[in-house]
Amino acid sequence: MKATKVEEKIFLTIMICSTVFVLSCLILILATVIWRGLPALNLSMLLQTPKGGFYLGKEGGILNAIMGSLFLAGGATALAMAISLPIALFLHFYAKRSWHGGVVRLALDVLWGIPSIVYGAFAFILMLWLGLRASLLGGIIALTFLELPIMTRGMDEAINMVHPLLKESSYSLGATRLETALKIVVRQAIPGLLTSSLLAFGRGIGDAASVLFTAGFTDHLPTSLFKPAASLPLAIFFQLSTPFPAVQNRAYASALILTGIVLGLSIMSRRIAGRLTEHVIR
Amino acid sequence: MGNPAENFKRGKRGKLYLQERLLQSNHSLVKNDMRKIGLSTQTGYVGKWLDISKYLPRRTLDRLAKKWMGFQAIAVAMLVPLIAFALLFRAQPILTAKSLRELLLGTNWHPLKQAFGFYPFIMGTLWVTLTSMVIAVPPSLMTAIYLAEYAPKRIRALAKPLIDLLAGIPSVVYGVWGVLTVVPFIRNHVAPTLERWSSFIPLFRSDNTTGYSVLAGGLVLAVMVFPIIIAVAEEVIHAVPQDLREASLALGATRWQTIKFVTLRKAFAGVMAAIALAFSRAFGETMAVMMVVGNVPQAPSSFLDSAYPLTALIANNYGEMMSIPLYDAALLGAALLLMLVVLIFNITSRLVLVRLMGHF
Repeated sequence: MKATKVEEKIFLTIMICSTVFVLSCLILILATVIWRGLPALNLSMLLQTPKGGFYLGKEGGILNAIMGSLFLAGGATALAMAISLPIALFLHFYAKRSWHGGVVRLALDVLWGIPSIVYGAFAFILMLWLGLRASLLGGIIALTFLELPIMTRGMDEAINMVHPLLKESSYSLGATRLETALKIVVRQAIPGLLTSSLLAFGRGIGDAASVLFTAGFTDHLPTSLFKPAASLPLAIFFQLSTPFPAVQNRAYASALILTGIVLGLSIMSRRIAGRLTEHVIR
Repeated sequence: MGNPAENFKRGKRGKLYLQERLLQSNHSLVKNDMRKIGLSTQTGYVGKWLDISKYLPRRTLDRLAKKWMGFQAIAVAMLVPLIAFALLFRAQPILTAKSLRELLLGTNWHPLKQAFGFYPFIMGTLWVTLTSMVIAVPPSLMTAIYLAEYAPKRIRALAKPLIDLLAGIPSVVYGVWGVLTVVPFIRNHVAPTLERWSSFIPLFRSDNTTGYSVLAGGLVLAVMVFPIIIAVAEEVIHAVPQDLREASLALGATRWQTIKFVTLRKAFAGVMAAIALAFSRAFGETMAVMMVVGNVPQAPSSFLDSAYPLTALIANNYGEMMSIPLYDAALLGAALLLMLVVLIFNITSRLVLVRLMGHF
């Protein structure tokens, strides 16, 4: 009896230690980025585009990358929303138990796991076929592929959370599936739909490997769909690979900005989800 | 049959009748009835501008919507084979020019001399990924068990959102963290210590003193996949029926014995699936790995050696791949290889999870 108690104590200690270890590793990342990034962060970083010799440590900022990233991820999120919502509705209303639904779900799960660099390569091939060069549009296409499965899965879950009785009531009043979907279920699921869109946006804005091939990089603000666009992750990567400490410090500041955007979005999406639930019937 | 709202309350018979009748009736009737039972008829954000039912019969519209949505869903599902075929098509020149054996086992990588041996890169990817799994799996499984079985509600409520939040950190930030802390840590502490105490073990011996190594890549990836393993494993363990635990506890087993002999045994397949998911994520990770492994094209033979994973190979050389013959085919072939491995791992683990939990 004693031995089993001792064993339990030992393992409980190991478990608590590893929980503390895992959480502290994750917090350490945030702490490192804040600690190294904050001193190098200033307003001109946020509000200026790179001037001549920026990558040698001279004047300028990373506004080009911030705007580029917002445009890339924003465009991709808009496109992905237009594709994801119908798919999520299809899965829920028209293919709940059919084999189509199963196949589509499995495909989405598989897409979720495909590495972003493969999406980059695929979008690159598409661009070759379409005769596009590295451009904002190319980056948006690659990121849309990346965001699609994340968003669709989130939306599917959000729609599944809507109480089934609500759907039944709507059906029993003679509403068609489409009417029930758009007028009742979507309305009820809006917080969840928004959350999953914002999560996908966060994933898109942080991804570098798919944009590398397709969007290129430029020191200018994005002005056209067919011109290259800068992005934050790549700006961080390029700044970090220069040998100058001043530029590397800027990379840390840029990493802080990117982390801030992503975590801010994530927290905001939780907030929104909480705020919008007042009309939701449970 | 009277008032539809009353019929609704009356139950299934009324409901079916209504469904049939109202499917043929006009839209405003439905609207009024919905208002009567307190359902909002405000069309909502999407409904408002999609409300074209005035021009088309409602059932036709429904059928059209089904077709359209189904088309989109199938189109997206077709993306998987489409990506595979596109990559295969572009990689075909090199697959016909070189034998598969030469490609996968050749150690010579000189694109200018038309030598494309992927062996060092495949080994690089495998070393880094396996190292990360060895580092990541024990602590994250222990954490998952703790959160699912032991943790007080307060800690669970604190830890789970935190872990979810941290799962969203971009990989480039993990890379920055790796360059700032992991690489110097290995250079200044881990490597000298191993040099002094265990240099007789070949796995820990290396003349690479930069700190940019397999171990650095493994550590960064391990921290990256913590949230994935913990989230999925915790859910799987949590889903084990409570009766089983109670039966075991009633027989006098301690909580740990219950976990060891009952809960984990029941959740084994799901936990394996969680690990496989993490493996496929680590396998395909590009940016974070590329920044810390050193990118020296050699098959590593020690944790402290530099490596050059497949993903880093693609990302570093995409710029010049169009100017050298067969180079683009080789790199896109590498992407195909990555995709196939990840595909196999993913499909297996998803099928296991689906069988186990009915979703995911």
